[in-house]
Amino acid sequence: MKLKRGIPLIDQHDQHGFWGGKFGGSFIPETLKKPVEDLTNKFKKLRKDKKFLEKRDYYFKNYIGTPTSFVKLDNLTKQLGGAQIWAKVVSEANGGAHKIYNATVHALICKAMGKKYIVGDTGAGYAGKMLSMAAKKFGLKCKIFMGAKDIKRQKPNCDAIRKNGAEIIPVYSGSQTLVDAVSECMRYWVSNCDNTHMCVGSTVGPNIFVKICGWSTAQISRELKLQFKSEFKRIPNKIKLVNCVGGGSSAYGFWSEFIDYDKKKIELIGVEAGGPKKSKLHAAPLSRKTKIGILHGAASYVCQNKEGQINETESISAGLDYPGVSPMHCFLRDTKRARYTYATDEEALNAYQMVTKYENLNPSLEPSHAFAEAIKIAPKLSKDTIIVVNSCGDAKKDRDILKERLSKK
Amino acid sequence: MSSLINSAFQNAKSEGRPALLTYTVAGDNTKKKSLEILKSISNYADICELGFPHNTPIADGGQIQTSAYRAIKNGIKINDVFSIAKDFKKIKKNKPIILMGYYNMIFQYNENKFLDKCKKSKIDGLIVVDLPYPENKPFAAKCKKKGINFIQLVSPTTSKIRLKKIIKDSHDMVYYISMLSTTGGKLKVSSKEILERYSRIKNQDKSKNVVIGFGITEKTIKSLKKADGLVVGSAICKEITNSINKRQNAVTNVTSIVKKLKNKIR
Repeated sequence: MKLKRGIPLIDQHDQHGFWGGKFGGSFIPETLKKPVEDLTNKFKKLRKDKKFLEKRDYYFKNYIGTPTSFVKLDNLTKQLGGAQIWAKVVSEANGGAHKIYNATVHALICKAMGKKYIVGDTGAGYAGKMLSMAAKKFGLKCKIFMGAKDIKRQKPNCDAIRKNGAEIIPVYSGSQTLVDAVSECMRYWVSNCDNTHMCVGSTVGPNIFVKICGWSTAQISRELKLQFKSEFKRIPNKIKLVNCVGGGSSAYGFWSEFIDYDKKKIELIGVEAGGPKKSKLHAAPLSRKTKIGILHGAASYVCQNKEGQINETESISAGLDYPGVSPMHCFLRDTKRARYTYATDEEALNAYQMVTKYENLNPSLEPSHAFAEAIKIAPKLSKDTIIVVNSCGDAKKDRDILKERLSKK
Repeated sequence: MSSLINSAFQNAKSEGRPALLTYTVAGDNTKKKSLEILKSISNYADICELGFPHNTPIADGGQIQTSAYRAIKNGIKINDVFSIAKDFKKIKKNKPIILMGYYNMIFQYNENKFLDKCKKSKIDGLIVVDLPYPENKPFAAKCKKKGINFIQLVSPTTSKIRLKKIIKDSHDMVYYISMLSTTGGKLKVSSKEILERYSRIKNQDKSKNVVIGFGITEKTIKSLKKADGLVVGSAICKEITNSINKRQNAVTNVTSIVKKLKNKIR
């Protein structure tokens, strides 16, 4: 199993859609074969279509507000006394998280395919919020599938979704979180694929959805590459790019331009959700021992039991609370290009407190997992090492959880 | 020698009616109960589909999800599914049984081991919901080698060229999904339209037994009786749920439904 150079990772799959011969694919019911094939062909054309690219760039610039800033966290760096800590503040993007890139692209594709309805899944509510924003912007009717447990814990985002005129469909099956929302959304698509477009909220699901999402979030690393050059006049020699990983869409977008670099020069570090310290449950299929399984139409490392039933996961962060992970991250792990670890709920909360204490930054619980790792490794590293954390979401949505968890202390 | 599945269709045809296929979830609501239900309804059903439950079923509607979650909650394991089938076959050795489920369960068990176990349990056919053509070719070939029917699915979205290829590679039976829906949806297409599409499939190769499934209930079954076979699943699972809720005997209630279904297509 080997990575190729000079080819975007989203295109490094075989004819059946597998990365490294075993991750990804399209395990879908017969009914979805045709709509998935149509979408695949359309995307193939659109990504080479100059007009479409112009449109994308126009909305990325004028609607999403790119580029997001790249800043040094001086106080945190000083406090930790080791490597320099920087942040790519992707949460500045319209809506407050990276999910807007994928949502905007899907809305544009939906329009291009002549469909009027768009549906999507959401965990933390950001994917849903952004899709509802994009739908509103482009005049599409929108339904968002969300686990009942997540609706409760991410209320601010739910309010935003409804305000944008989208309907939230609560999902009561299973663990009532993201995994069930994705299943229900796919079921809805099976029944309505003739007039409805589906957006999968991360780099997961059948092959084509992994590709579209990765293609969309790749904007983050294109910006970062330019920002490195303008800040340091070149790409520095010791970089560590730290990103949280749930489905893995922000991490892929943050890394895509840098995958070809030597890992001694640019290390890629993915941080999964380790769940509560005392709990056996987690959402960390890459960093804790799991086997390959099929979930939501793709093969990846999955939290599952021996029989192949998908395990319940547990994390304070709804956006990372997912038993599977992008096939591209499985490939990056097995080729050893990226290193994956996890942070517990408690570590993420501590990191959140430390970052907000020293910096004018308000990372949501998802990137707080990445900050936890940065805080852990920074003191041991040299001063010329550049750690960049993708602060991919804003903590406004976590208001209630933070209030509850941090006032107890 | 003709497969049991083929004979079941021949037999129904000789009686001038479509074959009746039932779907129940193994272990719903207990291992023992589901075997009893299976034995009892097989007096009226021509072919029995037995679902091996998965907790992330992306193509099943509410009724079958409920049955599957209930079975899993009550501890059903894949080996129990095989033992239910095996026990069933001890008594009804000529009644074809088809296992139906999602690929991850087979993948975790190991394809070859799974098929060996199918063979030992006298399973006649397999339906794997999320392993479509052409990705399923190697697995379908393995099934054929073991004398197990791999049943291809065809839907209203299946293109003409694709249909041709699927039929060509299919074994004795082809499953036509009546409409764009998960299992148990309300029939939203007219039976005339369904039968038109059905004929197009049938005309590809008259020797294949084509069944129609999804949205078939006591109300709709009669209108589709021209087909080689009709599958009823959600309506049965729903009755199990109702019986449990009302603390009634699921075996008798479900059997009476299957009996009624059979009478409608005689």
